[in-house]
Amino acid sequence: MKRPFGVKRPPGVIRLRNRPVPPAAPVPGEVLAEVEGLSVRLGAREVLAEVGVRVRAGEVLALVGPNGAGKSTLLSVLAADLPPTAGCVRIHGCPARDWSAPELALRRAVLPQSASLSFPFTVEEVVRMGRAPWTAARPEDDDAAVAGAMAATEVTGFAARPFSALSGGERARVALARVLAQRTPLVLLDEPTAALDLRHQELVLRLCRERALAGDAVVVVLHDLGLAAAYAHRVAVLRAGRIAADGLPREVFTEGLLSEVYDQPVEVFPHPRTGAVLVHPDRTGRPSA
Amino acid sequence: MSVLEKTVREPVTPAPVRGRRTTAWLLTAGLVAGLVVLVPVAAGTGAYPVPVGDVLASVQHRSGLGGGELDRVAESVLWNVRFPRIVLALLVGASLGCAGALMQGVFGNPLAEPGVIGVSSGAAVGAVAAIALGLNFAGNWTVSLLAFVAGLFTVLLVYGMSRSGGRTEVVTLILTGIAVNAFAGALIGLFLFFADTAAINQITFWQLGSLSQATWPKVLAVLPCAALGLTVAPLYARRLDLLALGERPARHLGVDVERLRIVLVLVIALLTAAAVSVSGIIGFVGLVVPHLLRMAAGPGHRLLLPGSALLGALVLLAADLTARTVAEPAELPLGVLTALLGSPFFFWLLRRTRRRQGGWA
Repeated sequence: MKRPFGVKRPPGVIRLRNRPVPPAAPVPGEVLAEVEGLSVRLGAREVLAEVGVRVRAGEVLALVGPNGAGKSTLLSVLAADLPPTAGCVRIHGCPARDWSAPELALRRAVLPQSASLSFPFTVEEVVRMGRAPWTAARPEDDDAAVAGAMAATEVTGFAARPFSALSGGERARVALARVLAQRTPLVLLDEPTAALDLRHQELVLRLCRERALAGDAVVVVLHDLGLAAAYAHRVAVLRAGRIAADGLPREVFTEGLLSEVYDQPVEVFPHPRTGAVLVHPDRTGRPSA
Repeated sequence: MSVLEKTVREPVTPAPVRGRRTTAWLLTAGLVAGLVVLVPVAAGTGAYPVPVGDVLASVQHRSGLGGGELDRVAESVLWNVRFPRIVLALLVGASLGCAGALMQGVFGNPLAEPGVIGVSSGAAVGAVAAIALGLNFAGNWTVSLLAFVAGLFTVLLVYGMSRSGGRTEVVTLILTGIAVNAFAGALIGLFLFFADTAAINQITFWQLGSLSQATWPKVLAVLPCAALGLTVAPLYARRLDLLALGERPARHLGVDVERLRIVLVLVIALLTAAAVSVSGIIGFVGLVVPHLLRMAAGPGHRLLLPGSALLGALVLLAADLTARTVAEPAELPLGVLTALLGSPFFFWLLRRTRRRQGGWA
């Protein structure tokens, strides 16, 4: 799994195109990304402090927490976008900075919080951009990945329309399709459900579960604690740049912890029929109209 | 696996992509055909008309493929006056078209253009300085070299000042362009003030933009710049497509964004310098040409970059032919003609962009 570091190319050999080697299929439970003792300072503000998280193959890890807690920053660090101020970041077993951009592109895919596009590419062209890292792939593989990702996110119907003509929710799904088409073992999603309706929120989280079942690792930033409780294998709760809790949803989602972290009374109770964990703000104290 | 199973049941029609591919081939063939027709016509047209058949015969003769030599005057008109001018028009047009498409891709803004954002004026400052100060340290290439250095500096300046978060907003871009154009104009004015009469005459033509002083040595002076830029640009087409997603997403897809930027800014400076050092400031070609192509064949850069070079060459050749024939025996300055046709288009683009964004904020 480890890349041979420090191996020099023999002199005189000119590499015409550096074709990165795709990673081997991950073993279930293998740590695909981890941070240790992570601190990130943006300007004078300490955004993350002493954070440690491991992302394992075969699981969906939800990052939750109030606004400004550092969820997106943590995701950027895991994506190797942002170098840590202190601590270390490893992706697929190697320090993040040792990977080149093309190598990383075969190992992790990232869904940004908002999707924009400078020129009017069609939906299918945008999704196909997700295949760009796979320079050595057969065209049939590319076609299958693109078609599969578009069908899974239900955007096939407007494949030929320009991306700029879509609604916010449709754009979000197209952006997700592009990320899925990249077919990387590590998938990082920043609020993939923010612009989506009820049905598509469920669809996206189901897709996350399916990717995890297929052996990939999925990290997803969520605001909806109900979704996190229902679909995540593991939840990390962030508060003011630190990990407040990390574990199974049923262990982490307690009334005491959530009420304190969100500074808002929260009720946690089992679903009357299924027993699944439900999280609901406690509104009994609100002024009646 | 319910969601993934749907994949099998819903077949995806690859029709749009294939349709665009056909359009791309047709368009390329059309552009090449247009050039093949227009070049001999342009060579034959002018104050001393030469029939197209004679033009072809002369070309055949010179390339050793039969044909026949014309009389001395016709040969001289063709090979000392018309052909250098035509080749120069093709080179300058291709450079401007391609530079416009590149610039729009790099800035992530469809309104970027060497003339609009002031890179042409910046390069002109270098060229004017070379003429006014009588610099000659690199022989024929001095003017091109100084135009390149000044152009490069200007691109870097505009690029550094007008971007935030990996994108350039239209307002910022245009305002930066105004500032840069004003400053470059002041510098050119200053050089004019200190220059002698001969240099002033030479410099004045820059500000209008013209190909009337075309000679073979000038063609040779810009050929390396233009050829290098036009060869390198298409290699970055796919990465430019990805850059449309934004800098971070492009990096997530394996693009070395920093290197891409440096290379493309160099290429833009090369192409703009190539055009400006021989023809002065010819605006709007880099704006109109890529836009027309995007409307016809979509925004993919694999067609857009070479296509803009071809269409730019065609447009500038046609414009130059018009400029030198429409008011015979006088000659319209080429830059005036392109601005006359190009600025209404720019205005329309501005209005459309504003409507889409719902105001400038």
